[in-house]
Amino acid sequence: MNAVLKLSDLSPAEPATGSLEIERVSVELGSGAARFTALDDVSVSIRPGEFVCLLGPSGCGKSTLLGGLAGHLAPSSGRLLLDGQPIAGPGPERGLVFQHHTLFPWLTVLDNVAYGLRMRGVPRAERRAQALTWLAEVGLQGFENSYPNALSGGMQQRVEIARVLINQPRVLLMDEPFGALDALTRLKMQELLLALWAKRRMTVVFVTHDIDEALFMADRILVMSARPGRVVEEIRVPAERPRTAEWLTGPSFIEHKRHCLSLLRDSAPAVPLARLSPLSEPSGDAADSTAYSD
Amino acid sequence: MNVSDRPSAGRRLLPALSLLACVALWHLAASRHLNLGLVTFQNVPQPLEVLDAAWALLQSPKLQYHLGSSLSRVLSGFVLAAVAGVGLGLAIGRFHWVRETLMPPLEVARPIPAVAWIPLSILMFPSSEGSMIFITFVGALFPILLNTIHGVHGVDPRLIASARSLGTRRWGIFLRVILPAAAPSVLTGLSIGMGTCWFCLVTAEMISGQYGIGYYTWESYTVQNYANIIVGMLLIGLLGMGSSALLHRAGQALMPWYRPGGRA
Repeated sequence: MNAVLKLSDLSPAEPATGSLEIERVSVELGSGAARFTALDDVSVSIRPGEFVCLLGPSGCGKSTLLGGLAGHLAPSSGRLLLDGQPIAGPGPERGLVFQHHTLFPWLTVLDNVAYGLRMRGVPRAERRAQALTWLAEVGLQGFENSYPNALSGGMQQRVEIARVLINQPRVLLMDEPFGALDALTRLKMQELLLALWAKRRMTVVFVTHDIDEALFMADRILVMSARPGRVVEEIRVPAERPRTAEWLTGPSFIEHKRHCLSLLRDSAPAVPLARLSPLSEPSGDAADSTAYSD
Repeated sequence: MNVSDRPSAGRRLLPALSLLACVALWHLAASRHLNLGLVTFQNVPQPLEVLDAAWALLQSPKLQYHLGSSLSRVLSGFVLAAVAGVGLGLAIGRFHWVRETLMPPLEVARPIPAVAWIPLSILMFPSSEGSMIFITFVGALFPILLNTIHGVHGVDPRLIASARSLGTRRWGIFLRVILPAAAPSVLTGLSIGMGTCWFCLVTAEMISGQYGIGYYTWESYTVQNYANIIVGMLLIGLLGMGSSALLHRAGQALMPWYRPGGRA
């Protein structure tokens, strides 16, 4: 069985680890009268090395599901398993990337990338060498001594990806990681991510509300509906890899896109919903802090 | 001369001119015994008299004792307040139960002015040195504490989430995320706290028997030596300004990534 699989698969071997089981997971958020069901009885199983996109309107619980997989919030019921083990909290084997970077502004690019190794107690020279390799991998040679605030949005996300991948995660969790970038930068980042993923296969769960992005990136798209968050349809993307402009402009792509669009239109709530992810950005801007004095 | 030097030379000139203008106005008002009804300069010493008094103090062997005692009091009070304020501020900002427990008594103590602490501090501390340090401590504590709490509350929760996902443990979150993220706010608190330390110095040194700039100022008042009062006031002002500048420099050296006005 194994041998057959290897023969049929010419691209890098499927990894042995990184399978995700989402078993009848429900998540309730908020308290009192504001309490609502963000995820309602969702079951999905994801193969090792699979690239899965969660596609849906805002408020459909896709970020909540990602937060659950990252270990930042516990399901109200159901189970989340990574390689058969229950997910009990955040950990470096499940890398997490947000829409806006969360690089530490007080560390240089190099120290940011090396941060995970430092937490594991890797010696300084080794940390540095690995971080430099990863910076080269994401195309940021020469920026190791810059501070994150000196970089553009696209470069910041490159550093973020290097910082997560240096830990060799089994699963990469991405929450609209390219949503804040301009169209051209987004395309470059999508290609970079696909190239990295082709080289060292890991499971990717990628949240987006951009249909084109989902169809370009994913093996499988899970279309979700809002309040309560449910998976309404599962779409296997038939295109070969590496994917080309031909796929992006071909009739099959258009057909899939039309289908996704109609699904999203049906599932979008009539009234826009407030973002209620527990990990959303703080409302106040920390930068314009007012000082207290007597 | 380089073209780009000109604005910086002008920028350096402006503060000097502003200070000169203040002294000139003071001289005019005091030498003409200006009486504006609500406020009068009839008994205010002139800048030259103050300069004479300052010269006399400068020559006096007592100056080093005055300076030494004041600096050590302010420094002790400030360091204690910094340790207590930052430590408590981190705990109060981070843990709900610490906040619930500690904030009520602190809120009651906060509005009490340094002067009001004098009798109690004399009763509480066997040495007058201890009570003087306590008063500068009280003055510096609250701005440091409140700005630290504010800084901790301003930490982006996604930053903490990311750090945990990268393998940071409980104490690491404090040390490597919350403390540096709150650092700009803490520095603001330290800066204000340093100011209030000097602010409270005269109050504290009212109970001093011998030395200290605040004592010198207060004593000059009691013996009606008005020029000396102004010398003492200016000395406190200068020392306060100098220590703030030092703190600012230290902050810049420790936080090269942080530029006030830009995004933190």
